[in-house]
Amino acid sequence: MKRELAAYFTSPVAYIVTGLFLIFSGFMFFATFFISKRAELRNFFAMLPVMLSFFIPALTMRLFSEEKRSGSIETLMTLPVTDFEAVLGKFLAAFITSAAMLVPTLAYVITAAAFGSPDAGPIIGGYIGALFLCAAFSAIGLFASSITKNQIIAFFIAFAVCILLSLISMFLVVLPAPVVGFLSYFLADTHFTSISRGIIDTRDLLYFVSLTALFFGLTVKAEQNDRR
Amino acid sequence: MIEVSHVSRTFGTFRAVNDISFSIPTGEIVGLLGPNGAGKTTTMRMITGFLAATSGSIKIDGKDITADPVEAKQKIGYMPEAAPLYSDMIVDDYLRYVSQVQGVDPEEKVPHLCNICGLKEVMHKNISELSRGYRQRVGLAHALMNDPEILILDEPTSGLDPNQIGEVRNLIKEIGKTRTVIISTHILGEVEMLCNRVIIISQGKLAADSPTAQLRERYGHSLVLQITAGGCTSDELNAALKGIDGTDGVTAATAEQIPGEAKIASAIVSVKGTAEIRPAVFKLMVNHGWTLYELTPQRNSLEDVFRTLTTGENTPAEQKENAAVEASK
Repeated sequence: MKRELAAYFTSPVAYIVTGLFLIFSGFMFFATFFISKRAELRNFFAMLPVMLSFFIPALTMRLFSEEKRSGSIETLMTLPVTDFEAVLGKFLAAFITSAAMLVPTLAYVITAAAFGSPDAGPIIGGYIGALFLCAAFSAIGLFASSITKNQIIAFFIAFAVCILLSLISMFLVVLPAPVVGFLSYFLADTHFTSISRGIIDTRDLLYFVSLTALFFGLTVKAEQNDRR
Repeated sequence: MIEVSHVSRTFGTFRAVNDISFSIPTGEIVGLLGPNGAGKTTTMRMITGFLAATSGSIKIDGKDITADPVEAKQKIGYMPEAAPLYSDMIVDDYLRYVSQVQGVDPEEKVPHLCNICGLKEVMHKNISELSRGYRQRVGLAHALMNDPEILILDEPTSGLDPNQIGEVRNLIKEIGKTRTVIISTHILGEVEMLCNRVIIISQGKLAADSPTAQLRERYGHSLVLQITAGGCTSDELNAALKGIDGTDGVTAATAEQIPGEAKIASAIVSVKGTAEIRPAVFKLMVNHGWTLYELTPQRNSLEDVFRTLTTGENTPAEQKENAAVEASK
């Protein structure tokens, strides 16, 4: 546990820089709110996957890439830490930071409450879904970072995967019906939409959890492969 | 303490390390010597678990590095070449981080290491702002954090100015008193100064493994004399010196002109084993009526040893010697 905390420790220092992103995301989120004229956060949540597809890879891109480039990965992996612990530490760092990034958006909840009486259900559901989304995207970003020394490439790979998961629904119109049904299971979009409506379906949560676990496992594997 | 057994490492089709074996008992200070690209760093990386051996096994105090990595790594303090640390952290924070990973009390360890490694002035500086020398010292503090039984340092003095080199070497001497240490370097003098055993690696293979004191005897010439004589030509001098019993090779050297002397010649003579030929040289000079200006033992033959072993150029005498050493093993 101490080791996980310690490995996590390294990231927040760098995240002071990413505080900047918080400002950006703040402006973007706010912009959409007043357009909807309804005291709900549905649009905000609808936009969230796309927004996070950009911001989370930005947070995660340096996690492994920077270490490999500077050589500090060698200093890290020769400490009595397993690959799993190192990955876990970095994952927690990414996840907690992205979750923290969402905290200021609670201001919107307060704003909505000031203007009307929004339903608590969809909002709570929305935030829960958002957390799962953060976890999944963090895992994807972490994996992307572990396969390249170049932070920019890591960013684009993570961005591409996340955005794909979020937006496939838009492209689905051109595909035949059965394929649509099959693919919609993979969409972060579909799952997220249902959560944002206040419905916490275990299938949706399972989707996010398995996505997170998949990429987390891939990252550990990638690190182990580097030894060979 | 450290058992390296028939270890090889291949990167794609390139064999970086080829069937190396050695065993290091507790308390020994070993110099890992070799030209750049010989496989020293790769070998160290395998011992510390950063890379897996393609074949062979490595055991640290009985624990296999691939089977029990965490336990094995706990016994080792390692600092890679050029001390790659987290540049965006402050020294104090960084050392606290390392102490947490190692599971030791930062309040106790960090000030202690700060003293030993001379980091008092830079504790509050960002690592990226430190000079090379201070970075190496932070690296050393990192390696010592868990008070390891084994210390492995990859070129700890590279890139340092002479003052810093001296300080690091003293530090290593001190901490080496109670630990097993492996230092990789290509500074021969450093090996002589710090290590009681030398392992030379060249082109991925083990080229030599002997106690430092015996390195010359086993693999090279124990003594080389520089002789400068007045009143003779280079050829005359060389021919005469060759005739002395105990010389193993005579090469001409450039002689400094001495005012008042018309003919001056200089030669470098390799001496067999522990033969003492200086009296014979002196008598030679007297017999020929030459003036002896210089009779200096040169202890730079360690370079000869290094060169011989790592470039594969052996003089016939050395080849015979090597054969004899091999036969007597």
